[in-house]
Amino acid sequence: MPAYRPPHIAASEITPRDIYISRRNFMGAAAGAGLAFAGADSAFAAPLSAKPSAFKLDETLTPKEAVTTYNNFYEFGVNKEDPAANSGDFKPTPWSVKVDGMVGKPKEFGLEELMKMSLEDRTYRMRCVEGWSMVIPWIGFPLSALLDQVEPLGSAKYVAFETVVRPEEMPGQKGFFQPLPWPYIEGLRLDEARHPLAILAVGLYGETLPNPNGAPIRLVVPWKYGFKSIKSIVKISLVEKQPETTWKNANAREYGFYSNVNPAVDHPRWSQATEQRIGEGGFFGANRRPTLPFNGYADQVASLYDGLDLKANY
Amino acid sequence: MASLPSLPRRYHKASVWALYVIGLVPAAWYFYLGLTGGLGFNPVKEFEHQLGIWALRFIIATLAITSLRDLAGINWIRYRRALGLIAFYYVLMHFSVYLTLDLRFDFGAVGGDITKRPYITIGFACLLMLIPLAVTSNNWSIRKLAQGWNRLHRLIYIIAAGGALHYVLAVKSVTLVPFIHIGLIALLLAYRAVRRPFMNWKRANNKPAKPVASQRARQNG
Repeated sequence: MPAYRPPHIAASEITPRDIYISRRNFMGAAAGAGLAFAGADSAFAAPLSAKPSAFKLDETLTPKEAVTTYNNFYEFGVNKEDPAANSGDFKPTPWSVKVDGMVGKPKEFGLEELMKMSLEDRTYRMRCVEGWSMVIPWIGFPLSALLDQVEPLGSAKYVAFETVVRPEEMPGQKGFFQPLPWPYIEGLRLDEARHPLAILAVGLYGETLPNPNGAPIRLVVPWKYGFKSIKSIVKISLVEKQPETTWKNANAREYGFYSNVNPAVDHPRWSQATEQRIGEGGFFGANRRPTLPFNGYADQVASLYDGLDLKANY
Repeated sequence: MASLPSLPRRYHKASVWALYVIGLVPAAWYFYLGLTGGLGFNPVKEFEHQLGIWALRFIIATLAITSLRDLAGINWIRYRRALGLIAFYYVLMHFSVYLTLDLRFDFGAVGGDITKRPYITIGFACLLMLIPLAVTSNNWSIRKLAQGWNRLHRLIYIIAAGGALHYVLAVKSVTLVPFIHIGLIALLLAYRAVRRPFMNWKRANNKPAKPVASQRARQNG
């Protein structure tokens, strides 16, 4: 398998922090002025700094208000505005993530320890399986850094993830009409999980993760549809067999285990050829853009799938 | 049986016109929200969805007229044409927004959607079936078509079922709001299936008890 080579980016090309912070403030103020509710700022969100990384994009960032108020997080309700509206009671601290299964050193990581990992700024595209997309400045660390600490055994082939279950704090997890079985579960092949692009995010836009975005810690796998990037993780297990995943269990014909972004493989009910970039264009100027294979990360990740039929393994 | 205070006859016509105005308020309201940035970060999709949901609501209201008269004794038949036409206007707006604001006149994509995606095929078929119903929603057509008018307008049952199916297939998972709409359509259609035997049974049961009232009802009906 060819080795992954991170893109080389000259130091001169990396925007200094004070410049992007000032742009961020300007954008925030501009977006905030036109908004009735900016209730997305979680009570727990705190400033968070990280070192710059080579992973950035020459694309307009999706406004923070959009990133934090237009979400799919069914634990808080099925509508896009529900996570922002219903996550006020959710307590992302204290928190711990249990890592177990086929590992030499199983361990429960406290959030403080995870926040001390070597945090990086990672700006990624996010493509939802529903046909919309965002550009989000995450803060996080490579998932491989965590996996290295627990020393996966040779027999481990997959990584399984689990979201917290707290019906008292997550209104979508109680009541008669629950859209999905809980806990929400996801999974990756071990080589996918170890890919340098796969991160555990603990912040966005220079702050700790807001509740609607999966506080306090979530997965971000930018070449896969958004639902793969599981939120509010409490458990990570190294396993031998391909783990079950929530949406595949709900509808295997529509949502596969891989769920790599692929404009050539339509969802059975809609096309995946194009996407609507959230926050761009407004009412009359909305304009769909072409979706890129592997969400634009083909150079980095396509080799993971050499010899795999991507139409059959959607 | 329940009875509502009845509206004096001289207001009937005005009340129907008022219904047309009120019926189009949701569309105008969502259009205003769209223009002023009040529809969130994916305003076109939101507008499109709202128009579709309101189309279903007016189809439900149209179907409910007969059931209300049979089961609750409320006769709002004078509003049925307006409700049906408003439903048609919403379906038309729903499709127009999809064609213009959403797909921006990309006829290739529209054609592909209609032929390849079952929920859009069904939705489009419902729009086509609504056209003859809308065109014949006037007194002249009722006179001209006579019994044929009743047969033609039974298409609304297929359209209602198709609209519900279109909705179910369009959502990622059937949650409370879709469930309520689809459930109401299923109930109203199920009532149509049992309506004839039910009405026969009702007449048969009413006859010995209140012959006079029953006769009067039949004369008026």
